[in-house]
Amino acid sequence: MSVNMTKGQAISLEKQGGGSLSQVRMGLGWQAAPRRGLFGKRTQEIDLDASAVLFADKQPVDVVFFRHLVSDDGSVKHTGDNLVGGAGQGGDDEAILVDLQRVPVHIDQIVFTVNSFTGQTFQEVQNAFCRIVDETNGQELARYTLDGGGNYTAQIMAKVHRVGSGWQMTALGNPANGRTFQDLMPAILPHL
Amino acid sequence: MTAELVRGQNHPLPDTRLEIRVSAGHPVLAGATLGDEQGRVPGVEWIAHPGAPSLPGVDVPGQAAADHRLAVDLEAVPGAVHRVSVLLALPGPRAGGAARFGTVAAPFVAVAGPDGAEIATFTITGLDSESAVVALELYRRQGTWKVRAMGQGYEGGLAALLGDQGLERPADLAAAILETVAPGPAPVAAPAQHVPDAERVRHTAPVTATDPAPTVPVTPPPTPPPGAGTDTPTPATSGGPVNYAHPRRRTAAAPGPAPESEPRQGPPTPVAGDASGWSMDERLYNQVWGMFEDLARTAAAYRSACEFAENRLDRELDQTLSDYRARADGANDAARAAARARRDELVARAQEVLDRDLAQLVAESEVVEPALPVAFARWENPVWQAYRTPAEEPMAVRLGDLHLPERTDLRIPMLVRLPLERGLWVDSGRGHSEAAGLLDEVELRRLALDCAVAHAARLLAAHPAGAFTVHVVDPAGAGTAALAPLVETGVLAAPPARGAAGVSAVLEQLTERVDLLQMAVRAGASDALPPGLDAARQLLLVHDFPHGFDDRAVTRLRYLADEGPSVGVHLLMVADREDASAYGPLLDPLWRSLLRLTPVPDDHLADPWVGHAWSYEPPMLPPGSAVLRQVLGQVAAARHGERS
Repeated sequence: MSVNMTKGQAISLEKQGGGSLSQVRMGLGWQAAPRRGLFGKRTQEIDLDASAVLFADKQPVDVVFFRHLVSDDGSVKHTGDNLVGGAGQGGDDEAILVDLQRVPVHIDQIVFTVNSFTGQTFQEVQNAFCRIVDETNGQELARYTLDGGGNYTAQIMAKVHRVGSGWQMTALGNPANGRTFQDLMPAILPHL
Repeated sequence: MTAELVRGQNHPLPDTRLEIRVSAGHPVLAGATLGDEQGRVPGVEWIAHPGAPSLPGVDVPGQAAADHRLAVDLEAVPGAVHRVSVLLALPGPRAGGAARFGTVAAPFVAVAGPDGAEIATFTITGLDSESAVVALELYRRQGTWKVRAMGQGYEGGLAALLGDQGLERPADLAAAILETVAPGPAPVAAPAQHVPDAERVRHTAPVTATDPAPTVPVTPPPTPPPGAGTDTPTPATSGGPVNYAHPRRRTAAAPGPAPESEPRQGPPTPVAGDASGWSMDERLYNQVWGMFEDLARTAAAYRSACEFAENRLDRELDQTLSDYRARADGANDAARAAARARRDELVARAQEVLDRDLAQLVAESEVVEPALPVAFARWENPVWQAYRTPAEEPMAVRLGDLHLPERTDLRIPMLVRLPLERGLWVDSGRGHSEAAGLLDEVELRRLALDCAVAHAARLLAAHPAGAFTVHVVDPAGAGTAALAPLVETGVLAAPPARGAAGVSAVLEQLTERVDLLQMAVRAGASDALPPGLDAARQLLLVHDFPHGFDDRAVTRLRYLADEGPSVGVHLLMVADREDASAYGPLLDPLWRSLLRLTPVPDDHLADPWVGHAWSYEPPMLPPGSAVLRQVLGQVAAARHGERS
C-alpha cells in the first residue's frame, strides 16, 4: 500500500514483512502546465532536475545530479537528465536510485531536491510528484504530490535518513529558489 | 547510524524500550520527571531520582556517578504522561563535587535501543554556572515518541529546575533529593550502570489508556532481584504482569555492538564471466571492469568515512582545547578520549564494510583470473602454455595490474580496448616513483625496454596471424639484447631501424601510410588503395628517443601520434622525458597524448569514476620463463604460414 504523504510526514522505510529495504528509487515526474497561446493550448518545455545531496553530520559529502550521475561510493545513482518532463501522468521522468545498504557508514542523511533549470516557477508545472519505490519489487511505498502553483523555482522534496539501523523518509516539500542544487544549500541546511 | 543531536533538535524513536546512557566524566545525579501535556509535573511521585529510582517505565540509578544508564520503557509509562525529562544535577560541594557544570566536562547523553545500538547522542555543551540541566526530553507526538535534545541548564540548580516544571516547594524537594546522594550512610543499592539490560526488565502492571491518573507509588517498589527477568520469562497476558523480554531472545549481557538482527545472507559465490556480453571474452572484460569500478567505489566510501571521522575528531579536539574552563581538571582528557573513541568506532565500522567488500572481490578475482583468455591473462597463467594464434581480433589486452593501498594483493587486470585509442609510452625516466628511484638509470632503461617488448609481444599474440605488424626503431643499437626475442623469432616486419637514415625511412613509410589511409577514408574509397599495402595494424616501437631524430623526424612522430590511431598506426615509445628536454614544451602534447606506463610499480593512473591514484604494475614475465619466445615462435610460424 502506498502512503500519500503530507508535508513533514515521516515514514519508516521497512519491508512489509519486516527487514530493511535494500534498494529504493526516488522518482520525480512532472508536466508543463498548458498555457494559452496564439494557437489555443500550447505547452512549454520545462526542465526540472532532481538532485540528491549526501550529508554526514550536516556536512555535504557528495552530490548526485545531472553532471555527476553516480555518487563516488556508488550507492546513489541518477538515471539521467530529462529536459522536458512527461507528456502525461504517471511515470517517473527522472529517478534517483539509492542502494541503502551500500550507503557509506558516515552518511546519515540524503536530501532530494528539484530545481527548475529553465527558470520557470512551479506555477507552470502541473502533476508534479515525488515518490519512493521499493526497487526490488516495484512497489510504491510513498507518494508526495507537490502543491501546485508556487512562485518559486525549486523544492526541497524529501530526505531519507538513518534511524537506528534502518532508514526513514521524511517529506519536506519546502519551496526555495535556485537553478541548481548549489543555490539550495542554505535552504537545505535547516532541514538536516 | 547514530544521530548526533544539537540543542533543540528532535529525532524519532524507533523503539519504546530505551536505554539512556550518561557520561559526564564527573559524578552527577541522574533523574527523570514525568510531565503531562503541558510539561507540568503533577507531584513529587512523578519524579524518579536516587531516593525513588523506579517509576512505571523509568528506572534511574540509585546514586551519583560519572556514568549512568537509565532504563526507559515508554509503553509502560502512564497514559497521562506526555513528556519524560531526563535531568542531571551536580551533587554540590557538600558532597565533595563541583558546584557548576562549567568546571567539568560537557556531559554526553546517548539514547540506545534494546539492542544496544545508539539511536541519538547529544553532547551538552555551553554550560557555565548551571548546576542542574534537563538533558533530554522524550515526548509523545501523534502517538509516537520522539527525543529532543534540551540542554536546558539552571543556575538555581535542581530547585529551579523542579520549580520550572511546576512542582511545589521545589527548594525542599531538591534538598531532599540531593540528600539521598550525600556522602554518609550508603544510600541505596549498587549503581545501575553495571546491571545488564535484561535484569532490569521490570514487572509492572500494565497501564491501560482508560486510566487517566494512575496512582504512582511514592516509595519505590522493591527492585526485582538481579536475574529475575532473565529466567523463566512469562508470556505477556492481558491483565497480568508484562515481561518485555522476548521469550526466546537472550539479551546481550553487556551492551556492546548490536547483535546481528537477522542472519545476513552470505555474498553469492562469484562465477567467472558473470557479466553481460556476446562472447565469453566480452563477459570477462565487462566483469573485470565491474570489479575495477566496485573496488574504486568501495574504497571511495571507506576513504570518505575515514576522512569525515578524522575531521570530526579534529573539530572536537579543537573544541576541548578552546574550553579553557575544562583544562583545570581531567575533564579535558575524558572529552578527548571520548572524541577519539567516536573516531575509532566510525573508522571500525567503515573498515568492516570495506573488509567485507574486499573479501568478496578477492574471491571473485580468484575465479576470474584463471578463466581469462591469453590477451587478458598474466604471463604466468597456464593458458599461455597452450597458446595458439587466435582467429579473431581480441577486444582488449592486459597492459598490467592495478591495485589500491587498501588491499595491495587484490590486483585488477588493466584491460585496454583494441584498437588502441592512444599510443603507449613506457617511461624509462626516474619520474617521482619510489621504486624507480631505487634502481640505477641503466637498469631502469633495460627494464623499460623489456616491458615494451612484452607489450609488443602480447599485442602480436593477441591478433590473428598477419593482422599486426611491428616496426622497431633503435637508432644506436642500444637495445639489441632486449629486442632479441622479437628479432630472433622473426616476428618483425624488418630488422630494427638504425641511425638517422633508418629512423627517417621508417617514419616516412608510416607517415605515407597514414596519409594514404586518411585520404581513402575521407574519399570513401578504401578499395582504391595501392595493392601492395599491408592491411595489418602497425605498431612502431621507438627506443632511445630522441637519439637519431632530427626536427623533421620529430614532427613526423608527432603526426603519427595524433593521426595514426584512427587508421591503425600505433606508437609504443620507450623514453625518458628528460632526454628530450631540449625540445622544451614542444613535445608536451606528444607525452600527454600517450598512455604512460612504467617499468616499475608506480601510482600515476586514475580510474574514470572517482579518480583514485592506482598503483600500476607492469606485467612481469616469470624469471627464466621461455613463454615469451615460445609464443613469439608460434606467432612467427603462423605469420609465415599466412605468407606462403
